[in-house]
Amino acid sequence: MLHIVVCIKQVPDTKIIKMNPKTNTMDRSSAPAILNPYDTHAVEEAVRLRARYGGRVSVLTMGPPPAVKAIKKCIEIGADEGYMISDRAFAGADTLATSYALTKALEKIAAEYAPVDLILCGKMTIDGDTGQVGPGIARRLDMPPLTSVNKVVELNLEERFAIVHRKLEDGYEVIQSTLPCLMSVEKTINEVPYSTMPNMLRAARYQPQIWAVSDLPNIDKTQLGLKGSPTIVSAVWAPQKPQGGKLIEGDAKQQVEELISVLMEQRILFEATPRGGEH
Amino acid sequence: MEREAEQFHGQHQGIWVFIEVKDGAIAHVSLELLGAGRMLADKRKSLLSGILIGDQVDHLADELYEYGADQVYVYDDPIYRFYRTESYMRALLDCIRKHKPEILLYGATSTGKDLASAVATDLPTGLTADTTQLDVEADTGLLQASRPAFGGNIMATILCKKYRPQMATVRPKVMKALPQQAGRQGVLIQERIAITEAQIRTKVLEIVRSTIQRVRIDEADIIVAGGKGLGSPAGFELIHELAHTLGGAVGASRDVVEAGWVAHHHQVGQTGVTVTPKIYFAIGISGAIQHIVGMQNSALIIAINKDPTAAIFQASHYGIVGDALTIVPMLIEAFKVAIGRKEEVDVGKI
Repeated sequence: MLHIVVCIKQVPDTKIIKMNPKTNTMDRSSAPAILNPYDTHAVEEAVRLRARYGGRVSVLTMGPPPAVKAIKKCIEIGADEGYMISDRAFAGADTLATSYALTKALEKIAAEYAPVDLILCGKMTIDGDTGQVGPGIARRLDMPPLTSVNKVVELNLEERFAIVHRKLEDGYEVIQSTLPCLMSVEKTINEVPYSTMPNMLRAARYQPQIWAVSDLPNIDKTQLGLKGSPTIVSAVWAPQKPQGGKLIEGDAKQQVEELISVLMEQRILFEATPRGGEH
Repeated sequence: MEREAEQFHGQHQGIWVFIEVKDGAIAHVSLELLGAGRMLADKRKSLLSGILIGDQVDHLADELYEYGADQVYVYDDPIYRFYRTESYMRALLDCIRKHKPEILLYGATSTGKDLASAVATDLPTGLTADTTQLDVEADTGLLQASRPAFGGNIMATILCKKYRPQMATVRPKVMKALPQQAGRQGVLIQERIAITEAQIRTKVLEIVRSTIQRVRIDEADIIVAGGKGLGSPAGFELIHELAHTLGGAVGASRDVVEAGWVAHHHQVGQTGVTVTPKIYFAIGISGAIQHIVGMQNSALIIAINKDPTAAIFQASHYGIVGDALTIVPMLIEAFKVAIGRKEEVDVGKI
């Protein structure tokens, strides 16, 4: 039977997050915590694949206790079960340490439930923006990583292969991969419909399994958290604010005339190559 | 899977750039990275190397020397005809383990990000994504890779002190390629690993290039970008019209893409495309930082917005406070006249 695990993350909504202009720090309290938008599409795709092929959709996250909310959101979308690893030992992890911790939890899920045929992730998280955790998990579990997937054409469970479309800068490629494999998905892979009432009721009551480091067998604690992270953030600053230029005054007609004359004067309009980038 | 900790013992040296090849040609981002890599190599007084993997690609090395590479490692084999994570990763891991670079840069493209993530896990080492600024400490070789974080709300400098190589993916269009030095020479180093098709678990069945004729915003000299201030998809039509008048490309803010007014490949910004045109019009765009990080390196930025306090005016060279729905049609007419006049002048010269 098909067993899909979706790795998800709760993130601050970076669209809403505000900066404190005095201290140049982020006002995290200003941003609501949400399920990473790319991950909603990963969960939805898993649910759709379950509708096509049967099986079970498990979701997995690493985070502080409030991240349970993100798992409940996945249950609303239609996931069957949720798992969370939560421990101070995981704190401060970069992508390498995060992929290690999640891999250990994936091994536990596989051992306690069923082998994993497919791992899905969002293309990236909107707070870290790296897209590195998914491929990291794939390498650690020795699965082929398929990034930027925007269509799952076929899963063949008997012959153990998958066919997907992988997005490129100017089109896509059709890839066949052995199963199990890991896919990180684009937002364009599907549209997430409104949750159904039964799913919402189930999500409200649902409590995922929560594991601490001590619950994960054969774990090397030196590879976790800040200690296990090769990269460190040495400095954080607000992006340089541009100075702002000249506001063109007057009524609409005067503004347009002045702008045109500025551009004509600088001849910049004519130095640019019209349609220079057309392909 | 076998792992080895590539702890830093001082024997790693040299700056490397992974060279991306598409349809038999070098991707421009790789030339940009050679420009950035040259600066790092000069500061470290070390060599700049390109890593070229593909099928019948060794002739491309000459071009890499002309853009700053001192040497080029080549893995040339039919098995590398298409990019596949596993085959390219094996070649690159072989090269890294054999020659031990200090720093390795990749373009932050679908290929570069895919490859770098896999390689970083296997080594293991640190990897900084979507870097927009690079520097190196001349005496220690510590790479300072800076990138926008939290959706562009902050910039962060990332260090990787204990592991080598230090790796980063770098956004296209942010670094500058050096001017081509015709005839500049370098050293070609042929490499080879034992690898068979049976060891690679993925196959490229087909590559489908987008057949829609469109202006690619990452290469356009003029971009006319629109935002929610245009009010409706009908209002956004003005953006298409102005772009057409100027022979430019259409850009968009994230919220109009999410509202479905225009396709995602028009999106400028942190989760869209970084652009550096000669002229950037930001029309009805409020100027969220995620947008600004994607367009702030444009040569001339012109903002049109109803709200005089909109952040976009801070990021612009010229601003017009006014209703885009009034101003833009007037601009289209005025440009038609102005550009028409220019054409007459040109005809007169001939």
